[in-house]
Amino acid sequence: MSGGAKIAVRVAAVTPVNELVSRFRFVRRDGGAMPAFSGGAHTVVEMDDAGTRRMNPYSLMSDPADTSGYEISVRRDDAGRGGSLFMHRQVKPGIEMVISNPVNLFALDLRAKKHLMIAGGIGITPFIAQMAQLSAMGGRFELHYACRSAALASYACDLSARHGGRVHLYVDDQGQAMDLPGLLAGQPLGTHLYICGPKPMIDWARGTAAHAGWPKAAVHHEEFLAPPVGAAFKVQLAASGKTVTVGTHQSLLEAIEAAGVDAPYLCRGGACGQCETGVVSCDGQLLHNDHWLSDAEKAAGGKIIPCVSRFAGARLVLDR
Amino acid sequence: MGLEFKDETFRGDFTFSNSPAAIARFPFPFDRDDYMYAVNLEPHVPRRAGSVFEHAFDVDEHYVAEMRDRAMVLAEDPLRCQSLPHMTLAGWDLLELIMEAKARDYPQWFSLTRDGNRWHWVNRPLGIDQHFIFMDDSTLPHGPMEYITRQTQGDFTLQDQREDMLWMDAGMVTTQADWSLDFDIGMNFHEWHAPVPLAHEKGIFDRALKFLLNVRHGAPARRFNWTMTVDPLLDTSPETYPVWGPSRTTITPENLGHRMHLRVELQTFFRLPRSNALVFPIRCYLIRFDELATVPKWARRLHRVIRDLPVELSTYKGFERNRAMMVDWLAKHDDGAPTTPGWWPE
Amino acid sequence: MKTAFEPSIRSRPVYGELEPRKGSAHLVLADGEGAGAVIDLLARAGSAAACALAHMHIIYMPGPDGVDHFAELQALGAAQCHRAPSFAAALPRLRRVLQDAHMGMQIYLAGTEGLMGQGQSEVMAAGLPHDAVQMEHRGPTLRRVQCVHCKGITENVATDPFECTHCGLNLFVRDHYSRRIAAFQGVNIDAEEPGNVPPPVVRFR
Repeated sequence: MSGGAKIAVRVAAVTPVNELVSRFRFVRRDGGAMPAFSGGAHTVVEMDDAGTRRMNPYSLMSDPADTSGYEISVRRDDAGRGGSLFMHRQVKPGIEMVISNPVNLFALDLRAKKHLMIAGGIGITPFIAQMAQLSAMGGRFELHYACRSAALASYACDLSARHGGRVHLYVDDQGQAMDLPGLLAGQPLGTHLYICGPKPMIDWARGTAAHAGWPKAAVHHEEFLAPPVGAAFKVQLAASGKTVTVGTHQSLLEAIEAAGVDAPYLCRGGACGQCETGVVSCDGQLLHNDHWLSDAEKAAGGKIIPCVSRFAGARLVLDR
Repeated sequence: MGLEFKDETFRGDFTFSNSPAAIARFPFPFDRDDYMYAVNLEPHVPRRAGSVFEHAFDVDEHYVAEMRDRAMVLAEDPLRCQSLPHMTLAGWDLLELIMEAKARDYPQWFSLTRDGNRWHWVNRPLGIDQHFIFMDDSTLPHGPMEYITRQTQGDFTLQDQREDMLWMDAGMVTTQADWSLDFDIGMNFHEWHAPVPLAHEKGIFDRALKFLLNVRHGAPARRFNWTMTVDPLLDTSPETYPVWGPSRTTITPENLGHRMHLRVELQTFFRLPRSNALVFPIRCYLIRFDELATVPKWARRLHRVIRDLPVELSTYKGFERNRAMMVDWLAKHDDGAPTTPGWWPE
Repeated sequence: MKTAFEPSIRSRPVYGELEPRKGSAHLVLADGEGAGAVIDLLARAGSAAACALAHMHIIYMPGPDGVDHFAELQALGAAQCHRAPSFAAALPRLRRVLQDAHMGMQIYLAGTEGLMGQGQSEVMAAGLPHDAVQMEHRGPTLRRVQCVHCKGITENVATDPFECTHCGLNLFVRDHYSRRIAAFQGVNIDAEEPGNVPPPVVRFR
């Protein structure tokens, strides 16, 4: 079941937010209402970049109750695989695209007495939707948003205007730093913590919470792994009888799909396990980059998560 | 559609029966001559016209009578419908899902008109004409899940998805095969399935859970479950077991054909958009052995399945006591001829 | 030594051993021989014990068999240490402590299943995930059992089957357990053949 339900859309608007970030608005080509969604959900945007097919997940930042269209924000990464460059350079208002139905791997825990949100940089996007949802429901929340400079604090003004004193901003180049231990110490029992941003920030926040005695089930984080670039390698697909070459800027999953072999996927970011594939034989080293397999499974080498993981060595045969 | 809603009972004088049309479309659950637990999940997409799969939520000739029975069960025991506080949003999602589906698939009976969040719902078979504000539960006589499931056949459980696990945090359960919502509400997927024999060791539930965690909005799935019931009693609950339990000991070879029922559950799984919850509708179909035997393939196959079923399953499903009698009765309808694969009648 | 239980179905809780954890406050709820688990916990904490005790609140009650080790617990020197005659009497205090607690509080439950289950239920109601609570079983294995028919809970059940103290039905004791109700399930044993009740066997002591 690859992809599943999809939505045929037209780009209604492209709005630069700052030097690195642009916002994209999608509406349905048939003029119908978008499905409602839960704050924290993402959509997978399909791109055809001069023959290279990409499918990148982006958090939905629009109000979940607003079914007139979906909005995402994309931060341009000049050193990446090209997905964000494609969005910034090739996607213009009026063009037609295909996006997936929303999928949520970073959902609010609606039992929480309070939601404490820690955002870094472009990690602000899922929280924008979640705060709109919580506001409408009368939920209790607080946002602490760290960014490198005031210019790159995407949406900070807008969020402060909407949510008032619940929004706290920390601008790095003005010397403002978040006192996370202090912040965590005062939270009432029943608070849930949500973290989204660059990996080092997520690791720091999770470590601080663990050190402060917060239970794991009250700490939530989302980090979309971009499939890492790496040396090209060959793979044999045993079930379909094909051999594919995975390019340096291409993920193993993308190479399998490009060969016409249908493989299940969901998040395309190494977090959900849907694309898990059996390893028939491996003469070399599996390079695991995912968050799904356990350490034991990674060591055993019987499975691989092809959306983000790679291989180095003489021969790899997969059950696809 | 020339369907007439039957006036029949599922208790007391038990006047329930299936018309020939209902027998022909019955979801016979066995596609081969033996049975063991499997992760038999498949996409819930429309199949044959007239079948129980044709629509997302099947409405049949028993609709009005089943809803009347549900109302009686709830009047006697309100604990059969419960929703933990954080599941109200999921209840609204479910209300929207069912109202949209029924208005689309059965416009002769149901209609839904919307002006922003001002909704107008008409349910002609039950004589309901309701104006309300979507997401404002003070404008409905019950919470949203209870409101819509009082008008929809089958049981419903709503699962909250947290920590890579499903938690049964709400439900409407009045047509259950012997489990208690009041006891199980709040449990996770492995916990509420804990009493089922054999399946855990086979890894059935681990695989099923992984599949269900990834069910996407717009891509529902379905599977079957089955058991046996004496008399067409929908409400076989642990709570009322002292009331219906004794009926298992009153089966005779003469009354078995009339009183023994195959009970099939069509379980569907839908992802809900605003809450990210999963709803499991559990739709119950009953057929007495006399009716089932009018389809020769089903009679042959059921004989073989029941005869060879592991004793742990017949015990857990509650009919081991009567199994020998059932096998003898069914044997009369099994001429030993081969049966075709699949479960549609020949 | 924690109690060793037979392997059972997946809804039957499995208990561990209390271990010291970092936190801003430590709340201990124990009954009867659970006191021993608390004493062992602090012994395991070594040099961290003094700091933990300075932020520790112990709520203790005698076990269903009357075992009472309050004096030994008091001698530990926790910031707060209280003996209640029963769980029901301790409940208002427990709720008050949870009401103003902050995230970072560590919860330790020790003793009988009935005490731990009810304590865990209160902690969950206050908003902590259920596995944030550590539990170690010591002492009697008597069970709290809810009658699925009348919903009444019978405390300290020792035999299987037993008679529901609310409605009088004869119930067999299942291993199926509800965290929310903090009880095992009891089902009418002679429903199909009224009067056919096997002699009770002592299963829990």
